[in-house]
Amino acid sequence: MKSAVVLLPGLNRDRDMIAALTKISGQAPVTIWETDTQIPDVNLIVIPGGFSYGDYLRCGAIAARMPVMRAVAEKAAKGVRVMGVCNGFQILLESGLLPGALMRNASLKFVCREVKLEVANANTAFTRGYRPSQIIRCPVAHHDGNFFADPETLKRIEGEGQVVFRYADGTNPNGSLNDIAGVINAEGNVLGLMPHPENLIEAAHGGTDGRALFEGVLGAAA
Amino acid sequence: MIKARVTVTLKNGVLDPQGKAIEHALGALGFGDVGSVRQGKVFDVELDGTDRAKAETELKAMCDKLLANTVIENYTVALI
Repeated sequence: MKSAVVLLPGLNRDRDMIAALTKISGQAPVTIWETDTQIPDVNLIVIPGGFSYGDYLRCGAIAARMPVMRAVAEKAAKGVRVMGVCNGFQILLESGLLPGALMRNASLKFVCREVKLEVANANTAFTRGYRPSQIIRCPVAHHDGNFFADPETLKRIEGEGQVVFRYADGTNPNGSLNDIAGVINAEGNVLGLMPHPENLIEAAHGGTDGRALFEGVLGAAA
Repeated sequence: MIKARVTVTLKNGVLDPQGKAIEHALGALGFGDVGSVRQGKVFDVELDGTDRAKAETELKAMCDKLLANTVIENYTVALI
């Protein structure tokens, strides 16, 4: 099972992501830089969190137009699994690989806390390690995680099971429509989520609820 | 050289928490007539050349490709 992590200036969760992927797959991911136009053969490409290009213009907007993202889109079109976490989610939305947009948190505040997540669709390559409707713990840390989509798009993604994670038990930290925390594309191989499952994979983190996500997608891609 | 001003605003129906905060702050300053505030962005762009029609087409392409996120934003282009 091979994975790759996209590196962009301003990302700061790349090390956590690399550590999680290495620990769970037993193999260090290859790293890809912003100007790379070729991505080696891997089963999973991950875009980690942070503040690419200082969040200039809109979060993820500049990163989404870098050469590496064209290469990611080509791989995604061929069925390679792609996961974006936090800023990575924003980048996938800005690049048009996922539906919707992420806006400034309704509170206008940066939120850094633990939330509860409901696995709204456990029948994906990423979430098959969870039970349907399972509630898990997960940390969030973001300023722009307020998910928005026009009514038509919202209806479509809800109807098609593309909402994969939802903030549960009143823990919506940002005002997201329908408590949406993570969505998947119609083809089922591109997932974006605001929370940080890579920060809850071993006992030293205070919990392992994020582990099944990595085990699921790494196992599924093996 | 052609100068242009691109204005990007949030679409109707998209919540604007920053605009709301500004609206409340204006109210707190005593501007009681303020009904609502929506925040947007302005880009002043200078382009080489003199073909205004071409410039306008290019600017719209820039908006569609980068300056605006058309999921949530509208834009207008004005040549100055």
